[in-house]
Amino acid sequence: MVDFSIEPGDLDHSFAASASPAGQQAPSYKVTARNVSVFYGEKQALFNVGIDILDRSVTAFIGPSGCGKSTFLRCFNRMNDTIAGARVTGEILVQGKDIYAPDVDPVQVRARVGMVFQKPNPFPKTIFENIAYGPRIHGLARSKADLEEIVVKSLQRAGLFNEVKDRLDGEGTGLSGGQQQRLCIARAIAVSPEVILMDEPCSALDPIATAKIEELIDELRENYCIVIVTHNMQQAARVSQRTAFFHLGYLVEEDTTDQIFMNPKDKRTQDYITGRFG
Amino acid sequence: MSLSTLLFCLLVAAVVAFFIGFWRAKRLSPDNPRALHSRPGYHGGYLALATALPAILVLMIWSAVEPRFIQAEVESNLPAQVLEGSQGQIGLAMGVVRSVATGLERLSPAEVAAAKANPREAQRLFGSKGVVIASPPDAAIIASAEELNSIKSLSEIAKTAVAAFLAIFGFIFAFRKLSPNLRARNRVEQVIIAGLMAASSVAILTTAGIVLSVLFESVEFFSHVSIIDFLTGTVWDPRFAGAGDTSGDGQFGLVPLLWGTLYISFVALLVAVPIGLLAAIYMAEYAHPNVRSAVKPALEMLAGIPTIVYGFFAVVTVGPFINFVGSEAGLAIQPTSVLTAGIVMGIMIIPFVSSLSDDIITAIPRALREGSYGLGATQSETIKRVVLPAALPGIVGAILLAASRAIGETMIVVLAAGIAANLTLNPAESVTTITVKIVSQLTGDLEFNSPQTLVAFALGFTLFILTLGLNVYALYIVRKYREQYE
Repeated sequence: MVDFSIEPGDLDHSFAASASPAGQQAPSYKVTARNVSVFYGEKQALFNVGIDILDRSVTAFIGPSGCGKSTFLRCFNRMNDTIAGARVTGEILVQGKDIYAPDVDPVQVRARVGMVFQKPNPFPKTIFENIAYGPRIHGLARSKADLEEIVVKSLQRAGLFNEVKDRLDGEGTGLSGGQQQRLCIARAIAVSPEVILMDEPCSALDPIATAKIEELIDELRENYCIVIVTHNMQQAARVSQRTAFFHLGYLVEEDTTDQIFMNPKDKRTQDYITGRFG
Repeated sequence: MSLSTLLFCLLVAAVVAFFIGFWRAKRLSPDNPRALHSRPGYHGGYLALATALPAILVLMIWSAVEPRFIQAEVESNLPAQVLEGSQGQIGLAMGVVRSVATGLERLSPAEVAAAKANPREAQRLFGSKGVVIASPPDAAIIASAEELNSIKSLSEIAKTAVAAFLAIFGFIFAFRKLSPNLRARNRVEQVIIAGLMAASSVAILTTAGIVLSVLFESVEFFSHVSIIDFLTGTVWDPRFAGAGDTSGDGQFGLVPLLWGTLYISFVALLVAVPIGLLAAIYMAEYAHPNVRSAVKPALEMLAGIPTIVYGFFAVVTVGPFINFVGSEAGLAIQPTSVLTAGIVMGIMIIPFVSSLSDDIITAIPRALREGSYGLGATQSETIKRVVLPAALPGIVGAILLAASRAIGETMIVVLAAGIAANLTLNPAESVTTITVKIVSQLTGDLEFNSPQTLVAFALGFTLFILTLGLNVYALYIVRKYREQYE
């Protein structure tokens, strides 16, 4: 099989040409991946993928089921470490530091790189305790008032505060699906991560709840580097600035979202976005 | 024909009827099997059931009613001087009649004539055929016995006739109904459902029967001893009751027994809960799958060891060991004590705690753990703050089930706890439990009419209420927890 991963040099070049308007400073990359391969036991799920991800923007990973996009996403916070038999090679730099270096504890990585999962997974605790969980274990709040401020701010940023302000001591699992997902986003924001990973965050939600989450993602973009995996190409087109297309474990094409959807270079990308397969 | 022969014949008839029905159904629509509402097998089943079921039901009822009817009939014809006697004497006479009747059946006609002529000869003849009777039977007894035998044989003939009639009639009736439109499947399934219902009601009715019988005996006990004295008395001293002595002088205070039971169970939980829970956490969270698949069955094997073995393990090993450790430390610990019984019982119930808790912890969705890891929590933080709180209701349920097992446990405490009904806080002393006292009150040759023996039922009933309450509560908690994740 041909290796379609993009050479670092190529990418930098094309990226600079397409994404950076003339006269502005060089783009700041939050995450840089080089030659990343992932194995589940004997099976290789991802082949030499390299990518640069911009800060304060939304990058979407699209591709058919089993193409490796979620696997790649889970490399960014070393979530694959929790799966028995999973092995990651290559290097991933977050803010210039290799998170797979031997002296790095995955726990520290995950505090800097937050994650929102496919299915809303609030803890069976109160809404307040759900948000306070992260700040507590990382000792982010010096006092009770501090903690309350973090909780309120996180809920506000996640656009959930007005809906739940009267029942912060109610069960998090008692919220609707969309509210639960925003609670999970608030929970991730509460530990002030640098990057937020979202693994198909709307796949379990109805269209109205999805619209709210997408709106929220667009707002969060101003402060965070967001990477979102989605099955829904319209969603990728709506929320992301850059899009990467994965196929069979290879990164096929990565460019601005407009470029990918209007003028894809690779035949497979074209086939996928026009609905010929996937 | 005897009942078993009859039942066997009916069974054979049913099998034959099945094949006839099967064959007949195939012939009903040879070209188009789909025209049949039910598959041929159901037609066969229908015919078999129609043949055998009514006859079997009638036979069952007949067999249940028959002995009473025959007894009443024979009893009314006993000689007047016997009938004037007490209920016990009539019963005694009927026993002799039954023995003689059995003996008569084994004699040849010539011997019967000899027996009738001479009571002593009759006794000797019966003895030679294996029927021993206490005194030479007089003519009246032999006459009654003959009446018994004749009614019995009449009843047998009638039974056979009725069963044969029902079987033949049922077969013909059902055979004439066989047609492509016959809903044979529905009929057969109705019978099967009735059978399933009967099976499940056996379990429920047995439970109800046990509870009721214990309840009635307890009520009988409370007519001797006031229920308040029983529940609040602090002295257990039932006194020995000789046969026929119904004067209840003893004191039946439940409190020391209940205290002993709860104290030992508490010590057992003190041993089992930490060990079981930590083992469960290790198996569910840290152990390699291969280790888990080996360790879990090994732990569960603890539950398969007979409790009597635990009992002598306690007496032979743990008791002396604790006694030795105590004497080294300058403490007087009795070999049979709260500690000994509690520790061994704790070991016994470890698997109840560990295995159930392990299942519950493993059932916590992976998504919850990932949510916690995703926020930068370590594995131990995740276990302590997310997994265990989420699993807590289930774990509490597991502990309650283990507790109810501990409270009802008998053999370990019989051997290891002692028999002195002490009301003490000192775990080094021996106490006794409800179950131990039930055993000791019922051991030996006793009549069930004195409070000394009847108290066992009151104790049993108390125990039943206790464990039932715990079980119901535990199941309620476990179920409530299950609803959260499904």
